[in-house]
Amino acid sequence: MNEPAITPEIIAKHGLTPDEYERIQKILGRDPNFTELGVFSVMWSEHCSYKNSKPELRKFPTTGDTVLVKAGEENAGVIDVGDGWAVAFKMESHNHPSAVEPFQGAATGVGGIIRDIFTMGARPVFNLNSLRFGDIRGDSAEARTNRRLFAGVVSGIAHYGNCIGIPTIGGEVYFDESYSGNPLVNVFCLGVLKHEEIARGAASGIGNPVFYVGAETGRDGLAGAAFASRDLTEESKQDRPAVQVGDPFREKLLLEACLELLASGCVAGIQDMGAAGLTCSTCETASRGGTGVEIDLALVPKRETGMTPYETLLSESQERMLVIVKKGQEDSVRQIFEKWDLPYAEIGTVKDDGFMRVKENGVTVVEIPARSLADEAPIYNREVSEKNLPAPFDAATLPETDVTTALVSLMSHPSLASKRWVWRQYDHMVRLGATVLPGSDAAVFIVREANKILAATSDCNAIYCRLDPREGAKVAVAEAARNLACSGAVPLAVTDNLNFGNPHKPENFLMLREAVEGLAEACREFNTPVTGGNVSLYNESPNGTIDPTPTVGMVGQIADMKHVTTQAFKAAGDVILLLGNLGDEIGGSHYLKVVHGQKAGLPPRLDYATEKALHNGVREIIRKGLVQSAHDLSEGGIAVAVAESSLSAKPALGASIDLGSTGLRPDVALFNESQSRIIVSVTSENAAEAESVLKSLGVPVQRIGTVNSTGTLQIAADGKSYSWQLSDLETAWGETIGKLME
Amino acid sequence: MKFAVLRFPGSNCDQDCIHALSTFPGTEADYVWHKDTSLGGADVVVVPGGFSYGDYLRTGSIARFSPIMKTVKEFAAAGGLVIGICNGFQILCESGLLPGALVRNRDLHFLCKHVYLRVEQTDTPFTNASTKGAVLNVPVAHGEGCYFADDETLKRLNAEGRVLVRYCDAQGQVSDASNPNGSKENIAGICNEGRNVFGLMPHPERACDPFLGSTDGSVIFQSLLNWPTSPLRKSAA
Repeated sequence: MNEPAITPEIIAKHGLTPDEYERIQKILGRDPNFTELGVFSVMWSEHCSYKNSKPELRKFPTTGDTVLVKAGEENAGVIDVGDGWAVAFKMESHNHPSAVEPFQGAATGVGGIIRDIFTMGARPVFNLNSLRFGDIRGDSAEARTNRRLFAGVVSGIAHYGNCIGIPTIGGEVYFDESYSGNPLVNVFCLGVLKHEEIARGAASGIGNPVFYVGAETGRDGLAGAAFASRDLTEESKQDRPAVQVGDPFREKLLLEACLELLASGCVAGIQDMGAAGLTCSTCETASRGGTGVEIDLALVPKRETGMTPYETLLSESQERMLVIVKKGQEDSVRQIFEKWDLPYAEIGTVKDDGFMRVKENGVTVVEIPARSLADEAPIYNREVSEKNLPAPFDAATLPETDVTTALVSLMSHPSLASKRWVWRQYDHMVRLGATVLPGSDAAVFIVREANKILAATSDCNAIYCRLDPREGAKVAVAEAARNLACSGAVPLAVTDNLNFGNPHKPENFLMLREAVEGLAEACREFNTPVTGGNVSLYNESPNGTIDPTPTVGMVGQIADMKHVTTQAFKAAGDVILLLGNLGDEIGGSHYLKVVHGQKAGLPPRLDYATEKALHNGVREIIRKGLVQSAHDLSEGGIAVAVAESSLSAKPALGASIDLGSTGLRPDVALFNESQSRIIVSVTSENAAEAESVLKSLGVPVQRIGTVNSTGTLQIAADGKSYSWQLSDLETAWGETIGKLME
Repeated sequence: MKFAVLRFPGSNCDQDCIHALSTFPGTEADYVWHKDTSLGGADVVVVPGGFSYGDYLRTGSIARFSPIMKTVKEFAAAGGLVIGICNGFQILCESGLLPGALVRNRDLHFLCKHVYLRVEQTDTPFTNASTKGAVLNVPVAHGEGCYFADDETLKRLNAEGRVLVRYCDAQGQVSDASNPNGSKENIAGICNEGRNVFGLMPHPERACDPFLGSTDGSVIFQSLLNWPTSPLRKSAA
């Protein structure tokens, strides 16, 4: 065979260190050939092995009464939702591909996460996504690039999700210069299944045939996992072949065929081909099954001729699955694939020797112990720098600021502005479940087949995480749980996507460790086990490292349709209550960033007892039928929250607020981001009862105003009053993104 | 009444149609696979939304070659009731069961949102439970929903009262501002000459449940259920 000789340069090009190469030689008892080197390179990449983050990930709480499949066991965790039904969900990143080719990068991200879910035997029912881009305002080349990336990612997500018929019902989009040239595309999918339908990705049953089904293998996405485990550089554009091309129609057929196949009882094990394609699926199924798998590449359906074993094994062509079939059931399996017009082939068998053995026309080209690839990658404890927290922000250093224009600036900042332009491009209504449309605190979805009401949200304030990763991560979990509580839901579990910079830099690794420990602690406090997720390191561009972004995806359950609550004010005359205190923490706030151009100060602190009491309180008054609307306070503080509740009403409703005597600067009073706060509106008849229930549960509560139909928003504090026309706020908030993108 | 909901590879509103129909008493709804040639004795054929064959060529252009479409054409020719929703409308146009075509939305983006429809005619199996001028709140979700036909065809459609629903505002005013996709004359749905085949871009099946924000779409399905005993049916015949 004409394979390149293994040289130190070739080894380095594969992202393997000399030590790692030595380890490979020890495992094999010989030198690897070129194809084997490629196999080790992708399986031991950060993307597949988590070699830099594993010691940290072990800190997450992963067990609980409702956990049916734990994090790391299979492609996605599975959580009990009652009556024999369960949900499988997971979040995953496609940051690097999207930086290079935004449309296909995002589209294939969606395709990949959907496959992870139906591989578990679950029918995917909705998607969310969490996106981060550089600044899209202005005429600079950089802003134009960021707009191109934003537009491309959104249409890529729409293309894939809309075509396959899975609604994209919510998520978040933020814009910050730290993501310029290195956008974050974190996609989330949730599926539903019966307990007994959980499918396993293990190659069990010696002698069982191994089937390949789905799209033909091509040269696209060669070694994408290795590509995702490097910094983005000027040369990354040349890596475009490392980005795959998605075909949502093929995936729709694959999805229906696989669910039909799993229901038929012919399947012993199933695994999607995602990162590292055939390589990963064969060695992982063998490793999980404690078996070996032998395949012959000559049998693999291909769309190009002359592909080498290296290329075939490392291709990340999309929409492919590996299915271990119970011996004797091959014909039933063939019938289903033929019904759905899918290419398929029997490519190998399950063996008892623990090896991943790959042949081409009968000649062995790869022979590696499967376990060494899937579970025995080197693990590194990276160096961390010393922790150094900023001091609390001293508001006295700020110039006097006109809060009237400041609110308009905040509302029109792309991070806070309405994301209508985005979600109107997503089919969020297919599957007849979106009972709360995108744009509220959490998306709420009726899962028809299970007759369950689920709420889901994704959250992360990366400014907080940059300034104090531990507290920022805790707040991300708390905010997700708060969003769910405002929707009337009880949180069930969490999936996370850890987006960080190069782990070899001690300051980056410190951020990762701090954030993981913060997430882990908060997930324990809120009783939300982590069911899995994804780690994306090396998020660096020529501009520097991204702000650390540990995105939290949280799923909750609502007992009764009567409890489903939105952020929009409902009727003039309703009383507005503030649950929690007025707050005064301005460090790390969007006000500081947007109006004063500073990402500075100590971000707001989280107190678990206060936060948990708040969630219980708001859920209790919702259950008692006392609540018209509920909205958590986050970026932009109380002023932005009230404005959002006003503008979300149809038609918009005004509000008149009086914060009383706060003793604070007006900007601090209106825009501080202290945690554990919610505004709710209640009818005037219910106000007293709501207040007494909240007080009995230890939640501070005060009447701060009323909803009206004057067409204005008025906020008074310390004897001064500020007002805005709703129509001006609507222009600032509702139309900004659409205008920038036209 | 028996409904056949067609399933093409890439159909994705088929399950939604079955679910919505199941909420009406007196309905029976079953899937019919595109490779089949029998409609199983159905009274109404529903061609659901989705991306049949991925819509990679032209929306609906490959689905028309599916074996079941020959049967649907014969069924329609014999006066059978056919309703095509979204991609189903596109398929009916491509199959020649309805005139005109659906092209890329005016602003080039996929668009998913609630819109208002004005009911233009009520002497049909699809709109008889409504009233002329009624305003319905029903969602759209499409990238290629801009209805196009030549002037001659538009003239005929208008003269023969075959435009059944137009995009309008909440007050029922038809204007360019209330046109979500650039459709000619705000056309959202049309029927054939025989008034037994109806295609529309909006999704009535997504507006049959108060929890989804509107129940205005149910008037379309209720019309179908009322049709066998409708006095309008006799006058139409």
